[in-house]
Amino acid sequence: MTATAFNDRRTTERAPGVHRRGSGIVHNLFVVLVLLALLGVPFWLMIVTAGKSQAEAVQPNLRLPSHWQLLENLHTVITDGRMVQAFFGSVLVTVPSVVIALLLGAMASWVLARRTSRAMSVVYALCISGIILPPAVVTIMMLLRQLGLAGTPHGMIGVYTGIYLSTVIFFITGFIRTIPPSLEEAARIDGAGPARVFFTIILPLLGPTLATATILVTLYIWNDVFYSLFILSGKLDTLPLNLYSVASAGMYLNNWHLIFAYIILMSLPLLIIFAVAQRRIISGITGGAVK
Amino acid sequence: MPVTTDAGPASVAAPTRGVRARRTVGDERVRKNAAKRNYPLAFLWPAIIILLVFYFIPTIMNFVYAFTDWSGFKRSIAFNGLANFQALFSDGTLVRDLRVTFVYAALVAVFQNVFGLILAVFLERDTRMNRFARVMFFVPVIMSALAVGYIWQAVLKSDGALNQILGLLTGSTVSTAWLGSTTWTIVVVAAIHGWKWMGLSMLIYLAGLKTIDNEVIEAARVDGTNPWQMFWQIRFPLLAPALTFNVATALLGSMNGFDIVQATTAGGPGGSTELLNIFIYRTFGQGLYAQSTTMSLVLFLMVSIVAFPVITYLRRRERVL
Repeated sequence: MTATAFNDRRTTERAPGVHRRGSGIVHNLFVVLVLLALLGVPFWLMIVTAGKSQAEAVQPNLRLPSHWQLLENLHTVITDGRMVQAFFGSVLVTVPSVVIALLLGAMASWVLARRTSRAMSVVYALCISGIILPPAVVTIMMLLRQLGLAGTPHGMIGVYTGIYLSTVIFFITGFIRTIPPSLEEAARIDGAGPARVFFTIILPLLGPTLATATILVTLYIWNDVFYSLFILSGKLDTLPLNLYSVASAGMYLNNWHLIFAYIILMSLPLLIIFAVAQRRIISGITGGAVK
Repeated sequence: MPVTTDAGPASVAAPTRGVRARRTVGDERVRKNAAKRNYPLAFLWPAIIILLVFYFIPTIMNFVYAFTDWSGFKRSIAFNGLANFQALFSDGTLVRDLRVTFVYAALVAVFQNVFGLILAVFLERDTRMNRFARVMFFVPVIMSALAVGYIWQAVLKSDGALNQILGLLTGSTVSTAWLGSTTWTIVVVAAIHGWKWMGLSMLIYLAGLKTIDNEVIEAARVDGTNPWQMFWQIRFPLLAPALTFNVATALLGSMNGFDIVQATTAGGPGGSTELLNIFIYRTFGQGLYAQSTTMSLVLFLMVSIVAFPVITYLRRRERVL
């Protein structure tokens, strides 16, 4: 829904071309220059360094490697860096966290959007307070230890769900308020209970909003290192945690070629998803932010 | 699922009552009962329980344990009043880390928004080149912040890529220690944070620019506004909702910052980039749980004190326009 609206406007509104062709070429040249300066330099440095030998990579510079050994470096990182376990560790905490946060968040949002008593609006305010207020990570860790969940994927999933439920509830409640209750009424007359109404009428309508929330929450959880440093404390590896330990160990060994090889590999999953679904992701995010 | 069985009997009666409730105008209680039946609390509880266990209870505990001598080196925990705050205050850490976090957040908000707004205006027209550039600028957003920090550490090393390029441009050897200044490194690190997220701000501003009514622009053009006025007096004020979102997310993201600073400076040099979260992580690792949780409470209070007024102010600004 948001996607199409975004694209329609894009084609109609900018139609009156004020710029002539000459300025177009200058503009494009300028865009290339800006891209090279802002993105080209850091990414070039990353790629050439990841292709070097250790001796050459000690001082990372923009020169090409004397001979490319990118594949060997990637191989070293995968075998020595326990990357495969880390990847599955990341999947193991990210997927359940996102699914649970979205499902429970959507269910709660439905009630919060439809029931308008004063008590409910207090509950809503509390539920979304987590968007702004930072979680108390030290005492979370203490509580998890007492519950026997410290260092386990269950504990991590609970913590991520708790942190990002606020965001999900905020997004979805706002959207459900725009859905007319009369849509539910019709199903209710046919004898549908709340569960049927929610799962067959409301949930399908949430598609675009759920997609946006999925993207944002996945981005944060997949890339998180701060909370996992506390909660997992080395008992389960995720990709960013693994990168942190590889780099912290490698800092004084100056293994820049391995650090960058690792970064290239760990960025690939999200980059591939982004490359495939780039248009939907971009319109999903922009659709949700500016009302 | 318990939800279905709970709701079963009530929902049979729901439709007729619901319809009648709409017909009897003003019968508040009937409508409230219908709402209770149609939107059962069973849907709300699972989320509330998760929030309670993993968010609210730890937050309340944070208010308690900040006033104890909890540590990794002994078994018992006893209240010690304000001793933690006094210790952190008297050795200067509290004030320094608060100042660093505040300065960092303000700088990130500025960088992220200035970069994002310039890119949005620069790449506003829908040419193929601009669309390509927008996608490229979004790549840092989806990368791990830790990875971004390591990349920039390599670029900014005193014998790193940036000094090489500057050396080529100026024709002399440049060996600026970008990450070694107790005064300026925080600016550099905040700029990296702004660089990572500028693609997101750019997208939000672009979406804001697209919602501006073309008739407003045309009317202003007919009135003879020059491009400068057109931007600052007409288009920029209309970007207020986008600005609110971007400033708020930049402030919140940077006050809770950790990854980029940890990867580039780890709080140094001399603690000049030590954000509250860096302190919390460092002291937690040393078993100094009381100090760690005290600073966590400080962060909580700081975010409440800074974020709410800023967001309220920006919202009011939107309404005036």
